[in-house]
Amino acid sequence: MTPIKRFEIRIAGFGGQGVVTIGKILGTAFTVYEKKNSVNTQSYGPESRGGACRSEVVLSDGEINYPFVRKADIFVALSQVAFDKYVADLKDDGILLIDPNGVSVPASAKKSCTVYEVPAMELSHEIGSTKFQNSVALGALYPLIKPFVAEDSLRKALTDNVPPKTVEPNMKAFEKGKTYLTSHHPDL
Amino acid sequence: MNTRNLLEPGVYYLQGAQACLEGAITAGCRVYGGYPITPATEIMEHAALRLPQVGGRFIQMEDEIASACVLLGSSWAGEKAMTATSSPGFSLMQEAISYGIMSETPMVIVDVQRPGPGQGYITTSQEDVMQARWGHHGEGSAIAIAPASVQEMYDFTIEAFNLSERWRSPVLIMCEENVAHMRERLIVPPLDTITVINRKKPQDLGIPPETYLPWGHDVVAPMANWGEGYNINYIGLVHLEDGNITKYDLAMHDRCVRRLHDKIEGNVDAIAKLETKFVETCKHLIVCYGSVSRTAIEAVVEARQVRGIDIGFLRLKTLWPFPEEQLRRILPPVDTVFVPEMNLGMMKHPIAEALRDRCRKIVPIPCLASLHTPEYILAKIDEEIR
Repeated sequence: MTPIKRFEIRIAGFGGQGVVTIGKILGTAFTVYEKKNSVNTQSYGPESRGGACRSEVVLSDGEINYPFVRKADIFVALSQVAFDKYVADLKDDGILLIDPNGVSVPASAKKSCTVYEVPAMELSHEIGSTKFQNSVALGALYPLIKPFVAEDSLRKALTDNVPPKTVEPNMKAFEKGKTYLTSHHPDL
Repeated sequence: MNTRNLLEPGVYYLQGAQACLEGAITAGCRVYGGYPITPATEIMEHAALRLPQVGGRFIQMEDEIASACVLLGSSWAGEKAMTATSSPGFSLMQEAISYGIMSETPMVIVDVQRPGPGQGYITTSQEDVMQARWGHHGEGSAIAIAPASVQEMYDFTIEAFNLSERWRSPVLIMCEENVAHMRERLIVPPLDTITVINRKKPQDLGIPPETYLPWGHDVVAPMANWGEGYNINYIGLVHLEDGNITKYDLAMHDRCVRRLHDKIEGNVDAIAKLETKFVETCKHLIVCYGSVSRTAIEAVVEARQVRGIDIGFLRLKTLWPFPEEQLRRILPPVDTVFVPEMNLGMMKHPIAEALRDRCRKIVPIPCLASLHTPEYILAKIDEEIR
């Protein structure tokens, strides 16, 4: 695994899209299974009202002091409102992962960041419910954070953080997201 | 230690609220009386799940006044007890805290602070730190500590119970919404390495009921619990060492109340803890507590490495009793002292008093309802020093 001083991931979407769960899964994978450090915080109070919900994970091999995102390395946006509200803190050369059916990125906002797309809602629908779009997004996120976390760790953490009856469809969703991204970006 | 169903040694990923409750039951807490309030409710939720699993009792009370009184009764029945609330509820608990100080009752209250006044808002704050010291009526002190991470929510809660049993005092855990809600690594060490202190009892010291003085024998009197054969006049009035309240005179009043005060304030070195970095010869200083210390240390390191500013870091792990003499012993004379707080400047007052002749200037860095960013603190440092 690549050593990591401080790496910041922000996930945002509508309340109910499961962005808080993605944060919990990433944090669990990194801390419990990779034996490293991570802090997971979520939007709260006024921020989470009005449709934009945010979850953040800060990763490090060492101690993490300031617990929130300063400049995100990766921003996962699942809704337009959330994108508009939270894109400002993405690093200029950061990574953007979006659901193209829910988010359009204005040319002015792209800066010099790299944009990846995964139709999370659509792929989740193929499994029979839109409830699994967060696991699709997580699967798509995996190739982008591969240097820091093993796939097995993410899958174990996913199992820990979803209801037991939904582990199987969530795993399918994870696989779909991962495959979608790697098939569209063979370099990953 | 009764270890049945305690969190086993290992690595966990938990919310601060959960870690706090796990620390409590590891320390021996078997009674939780509470009333829900954002942002403290997760502690109560976890208590409702966990207390029955460890053979304890969980009671939802009708309000915060009753919740705090549960601690008084349970503690005298021999149990370790806790409640958690947020600022408006903390106001309602002040009467029981005062009673706990007078009756020398071990009890632990967690205040997950929200910004006020009134119902204020449901976000994060450090606006009750003065209330922790001066909110209750009358003289006498409680102990207040300020954790800053999920690990500390576990460790400090164990410490809170130990302090409450050791000093027979209410102990207040003054934390913030962001610490109670964040998820982070919790390492539970082997349970036999965790220190758990239980109250001294007259039975343990060989003191028979006939000669037992419920408020005597030592700075911290041994505590007999109800039903153990010892007569105790458990009362909130000023009392003699044997509990008598009718032979009142000014001398006994002075002796009773001064002992309560001195028991805590006179043992500040044994109770209070600090953390320092780069303070040995620093020119400037930042003094902080709670989760603000996580921003502050980041700002201090950047100020030193990137800007070349010689600034030290001092964190109060214990807010009350205030460790004035420790501060004066540890710190060299400095130029500017920055005090970032999630209020408009509260702990800056005892800090300024302690460093009255040791610094040129005190600069508060207030921030309401949100944790300071490192940039925010750095900008204030730049403003003053550059």
